[in-house]
Amino acid sequence: MEVIYILIPLALVMAGLALAAFFWTVRRGHMDDLETPAHRAVFDDER
Amino acid sequence: MKPSPEHRATRPAFVACSHCGLPVDAGLVVPEAATQFCCAGCRAVYETIHACGLGGYYRLREAADAPLQPADPKLARFESFDTNTFHSLHVTRDAAGLSRCEFVLDSATCGACVWLIEKLPEVLPGVLEARLSLSAGSVTIAFDADRVKLSRVASLLDRLGYTPHVARGRDRAEIHRRRSRAMLIDIGIAFALMGNIMLICAAMYADMFGSMTPGFVKMFTWLGWGLGMISLAWPGRVFFVSSYRAIRSWTANLDLPITLALFVGAIAGTWNTITARGDFYFDSLSMLVFLLLVGRFIQYKQQRRAESSLEMLFALTPQTARRVERDGANEDIHEVPTQAIAPGDVIEIRSGELLPADGVVESGQSALNNALLTGESRPIDITIGSTVTAGSMNVGGVVRMRVSAAGEATRLGRLMKLVESGLCEKPQLIRFTDRIGRWFLPAVLLLGVITFAYGWPRNPEHAIDNTVAILIVTCPCVLGLAVPLTMGVTIGRLARQGTLVKSAAALERLASRSGGRVVLDKTGTITHGQLSLTRFSGDASIRPIVGRIESGSNHPIARAMVAEFGKAGIDVESTIEVSGGIEARCAGSDWLVGSQKFVVSRGVGISHELQRDLDEIRASGASAVVMVRDGRALAVAGLEDAPRADSAEAIVAMREMGWEVEILTGDHRQAADRVARQVGVDASQVHADVVAERKLDHVRRDDDSNDDRLTIMIGDGVNDSAALAAADVGIAVAGGAETSLAAADVYASSPGLMPTVRLMRACRRTMRILKINFGISLAYNILAGTLAIMGLMHPLLAAIIMPLSSVTVLSIGTAMVMRGIRPMAR
Repeated sequence: MEVIYILIPLALVMAGLALAAFFWTVRRGHMDDLETPAHRAVFDDER
Repeated sequence: MKPSPEHRATRPAFVACSHCGLPVDAGLVVPEAATQFCCAGCRAVYETIHACGLGGYYRLREAADAPLQPADPKLARFESFDTNTFHSLHVTRDAAGLSRCEFVLDSATCGACVWLIEKLPEVLPGVLEARLSLSAGSVTIAFDADRVKLSRVASLLDRLGYTPHVARGRDRAEIHRRRSRAMLIDIGIAFALMGNIMLICAAMYADMFGSMTPGFVKMFTWLGWGLGMISLAWPGRVFFVSSYRAIRSWTANLDLPITLALFVGAIAGTWNTITARGDFYFDSLSMLVFLLLVGRFIQYKQQRRAESSLEMLFALTPQTARRVERDGANEDIHEVPTQAIAPGDVIEIRSGELLPADGVVESGQSALNNALLTGESRPIDITIGSTVTAGSMNVGGVVRMRVSAAGEATRLGRLMKLVESGLCEKPQLIRFTDRIGRWFLPAVLLLGVITFAYGWPRNPEHAIDNTVAILIVTCPCVLGLAVPLTMGVTIGRLARQGTLVKSAAALERLASRSGGRVVLDKTGTITHGQLSLTRFSGDASIRPIVGRIESGSNHPIARAMVAEFGKAGIDVESTIEVSGGIEARCAGSDWLVGSQKFVVSRGVGISHELQRDLDEIRASGASAVVMVRDGRALAVAGLEDAPRADSAEAIVAMREMGWEVEILTGDHRQAADRVARQVGVDASQVHADVVAERKLDHVRRDDDSNDDRLTIMIGDGVNDSAALAAADVGIAVAGGAETSLAAADVYASSPGLMPTVRLMRACRRTMRILKINFGISLAYNILAGTLAIMGLMHPLLAAIIMPLSSVTVLSIGTAMVMRGIRPMAR
């Protein structure tokens, strides 16, 4: 069971990475408008 | 698209407007035409959309299930958008020479709007990109300033049905964007921490059934402790800060009991971690932090959206004026900021513009629409020497005026002062949440003391455990989450219907009282605010020709007829405008269009049938127009500032909800009584001839005498602004003046009284949901509290009950709000 001593820090690091990715998207403004892109995707092929 | 059942019941011959899909008034239906329009705005937009080859919009919109709204294009030329002043203020230019400008659109609501607006580059050469943001309600246009003028872009947007407003307060928008991002980051952290603590706790709960070596248990608890502390100190700091402020100002808010629970939980949890016994509270605490943050974020977002849409609408009035500068024999017209206008200046006002100052007409002849300022619905003719006031709209030709008062010295400026003082003196009603917070905290503390006092003589150690448990378990988590969420969802749904609520407090005020006074403005609120065709009988095929003939005139009735009839693309050989009507030679015939007196004086006989219609029109108080071709009267039309079709219905609905309805108007008695009769308001409840300054007193009157009754003011004009500000809840309706938007708590972007009725219903529903939720969470808390006092609150049970109660309350809240407030019925 000693593998836990590696797995837990590893899990935390992974959580940290995911968080960092989330921060990046927020700062880049990906979360500013959650409505329009959904509509835009639908019309892409009509252009 | 099917008409709703009510429509089918009341309007057997339902004709849908080709643009907006709303029913067309029977008087406006053109027989055998392929397209039908409910108003001139819809016609203009429909024609533009098809002229641009964007007819696909209608198919998409049908699929998108968008709310129905008649189009209201301003049909202005937006010339001021091309000035240097405008460009330096609102347009950014990048290194590649590409200009960008952000406009706020008040009616972009669905996917079809995204499609239509983002097609702009294909329609208008020189526009490189148009990106719509539905959540901000704004569009960013990237264009090549050398190839296309910004005014062209603006007027095309307008003609497509999305009147562009200048995005003001960009700095504030930036502040809000940062704040929203910071909140999201806090939520992200809280979520990550919560997830990891949950995993650790799952392992520990598993340990209750099996066995783990003490080393592992210790590591897990300390790890959980560490993550929990981060969660409290980082994303959880919001609550501590807010409570600290509340304590400092000696007020109670809902964050206080939350802070207490977090605080006690953290101390007890830490102690238990150190002593390696008892409950580990950090899983519950971290979840509490996460859920509360989510609730706050949703409310913030929805409220911000409503607020920003409002802010943008403030850009309706002109920022610039045209000053005539004489230099010897030469004269120059300069566009200057309105603030730069001083008494003595001569300024030019073109058709459709608002007057920026008070003054006297120097040259030109025109008509002014004072409806916003005085509530008077008919335009007033002005000529050289007439005194004019700021805020009225020039609906006729070009005039020049000498300024007598500018800025704050104008009548409008003095009125704005009243608005400000009205806002300051507005009675502050205690918010629902704060009311709860005020007694929740003592109640929780009392319960804690009782538990402690009860347990201490029996078993001191258990007494502490139970007290901590009760403080945490009774924490109003559900309320802290449910209140902002329910409010947020309500504000958001209302915004989708076009009703913008500035603050949740106004919503609570509306919801918490049953009944009171509703004070209605007449012009523009109950009525359309402009002359419209209410009656037409005779040969409908001549309408476009009459429209063409009338298009040469600036008379308000002529303008209304052009707007209603459209104009045929034919040549008019000659027109003579005389008092009472127009004589014209057109399409090979001699035409007379004008009052009965005018045509009779030309020796035209009117048939018995038309005469009967004419008498009816005049009896109803409307202006009557007779149309004559080659000496034969062919048709008669009635025009008036008629009540909106749904006004009477809305007033009945308000009465049913326990509101007393009054009419307050600056218009004269006769006009007010006529409208009151039409919408079913008793003459004793009509207050006519009330000037703007007195409207304020009228609204205030009741506030002092009776605290329990709410006064709602609904209006649109500058003359209503002070009253809107002073009322408990001020509701500004579509088409209103800037000042009325600033003064009101709620802005309804679709015209008329129905939005207010929907708002009232939504508020009632919201308050009912909050009460139900409150009851449920109270039941949970009593159950959990009893268990805790009895010492039966197993940590595992607490961990299950807490999220369960949150989920119940949340799902009830959102589901009920969603069901209650639908986008406008099709």
